[in-house]
Amino acid sequence: MTMITHHLSDQLLMAYSAGTLPEAFNLVVATHISLCDECRARMASFDAVGGALLEDAHAEMATDSLANVMARIKAADPVVKPNATARDTLLPTPLVDAIGGGLDKVQWRAVGGGVRQAILKTSDKATARLLHIPGGAAVPDHGHQGLELTLVLQGAFRDDDGHFARGDIEIASEEVEHTPIAEPGMDCICLAATDAPLKFRAILPRLAQPFLRI
Amino acid sequence: MMDSIQPLIVSRHSKPLRHMVQGVRAFGAATAGLDRVSRKTSPATGDTDWGALLRRVADAQDSAAFAALFAHFGPRVKAYLMKSGADAASAEECAQDVMVTVWRKADQFNPARASAATWIFTIARNRRIDMLRRDKRPDPEDLPWGPEAEPDQEDALALQQETEQLTIALRDLPEAQRSMIERAYFNDLSHSEIADATGLPLGTIKSRIRLALERLRHSLN
Repeated sequence: MTMITHHLSDQLLMAYSAGTLPEAFNLVVATHISLCDECRARMASFDAVGGALLEDAHAEMATDSLANVMARIKAADPVVKPNATARDTLLPTPLVDAIGGGLDKVQWRAVGGGVRQAILKTSDKATARLLHIPGGAAVPDHGHQGLELTLVLQGAFRDDDGHFARGDIEIASEEVEHTPIAEPGMDCICLAATDAPLKFRAILPRLAQPFLRI
Repeated sequence: MMDSIQPLIVSRHSKPLRHMVQGVRAFGAATAGLDRVSRKTSPATGDTDWGALLRRVADAQDSAAFAALFAHFGPRVKAYLMKSGADAASAEECAQDVMVTVWRKADQFNPARASAATWIFTIARNRRIDMLRRDKRPDPEDLPWGPEAEPDQEDALALQQETEQLTIALRDLPEAQRSMIERAYFNDLSHSEIADATGLPLGTIKSRIRLALERLRHSLN
C-alpha cells in the first residue's frame, strides 16, 4: 500500500466527529478514513473530545425512565449480528453503500475531454460525484465558490499542490484555482464533493454547468 | 494477501489521543505561560470503571451494571440532545433510545479503542442526527477484526488515562475557547454559524478552536 501524504484537516475531522457536515462531505471523510489509519486515529481523538464534553453535561431523566428502557430491552428482538460482507478491493464500504454496489454499478456520463462523472445521491447542501479521468488528461480549469474535497481512489493526479495518489485527499478552498492533470498510466478515479457549483474559467464549460451539474 | 490489512494504529504504549492535533502548528509563544499545573491524580470521571460495567452488560446481561451506566450516562445524553436543540420530551425519548442501543451493542465496545463516554457519545451523536433529520453520516469501514485482536489491557489503560487527562484539560480551558468547542459539538453549528450566533469574526472562532486543540494536545504530553 502506498503512503498517504495528503490528510484531512482538523476542522473537517472535528465537524465529522460532531456530526455537522453535509452528507457529501461526510461521505468523502468516511471514505478517506477507511483508507487512512492516521486519520482514523485522529478521528478517535476528536470523538474523545465529544466524550469528554458529554461527561460535563447533565439533565434529569424522567422518574420512570430506567423502567421504560428495561421494558423495551426485554421486549426487543434478539440482536442479530450482520454477516461480514465481502469487501470491494477498490471502493471502501461507505462508498459502496452510496453507489449501491461496485464500480460496475456507476452510471457514468461524459463531461468532455474524455472525463466522465457520476453524481451520487446526497442531500442538496453539497454535491458528491465520482470522476473518471483518463491517464494524462486534464480536468477543466476551475476555481470554487466554496470548499472542494477530492479523494483519489485509483491512479493519481497532479496540480499546483502536489501529487495525489490513492487515499490522498485534496482540500481546496475558494481561493484555489487549479488544473488537476491525471498522471500518465492508469485512469484516475476520484470521489469529489463541493458545497457550491464549480466555476469554470472557459466560457463553454460555464454554460454547460447548469445542464451537466459539474 | 494479509499485507493489505492494516493494523490498528493504536499499538502498545502508543499515545493514541496525541494524533488529535497533527497539522496544528506549535503556538509556543501564544501558549507559553498559559499552561496550568496539570492535575494528574483525582480522576475526572470518578473512580468507576464504566468499561468494565459495559463488559458485564455484554457478557452477563447484568441489569445492576446497566442501571449504574444508566444513572451516569442517561442524564448526560439527555443534556447533550437538549443542547443540540431538542425539547425535553424528545430528548428524554431519544436518550432512552440511546441507552437501549448501549445495552444491545455493549459487546461491540472495545476499551482499547474508546472510553465508555466516547463510545456512548458516538451513539448519541448518531441518534441526534436521525432525530433532527440532519445530513446522513456514514461511518468509516470497520477495521478487520480477527479473533486474535482481543482488546489489549495496556492499550485500554493508556487510553483510559489519556481520556482522564483530556477531560480535565477541557475543563481547564479558558471559557472563550471551551465554549467554542462545546458549540461545535453540542449546538450543531458550523464555524460560520457560530460566527453568526456570537457576532465574532470567523477568524477569531477558528483561532480559538485551534488554540484549544493545541492546549488539549499539551495536556496529553
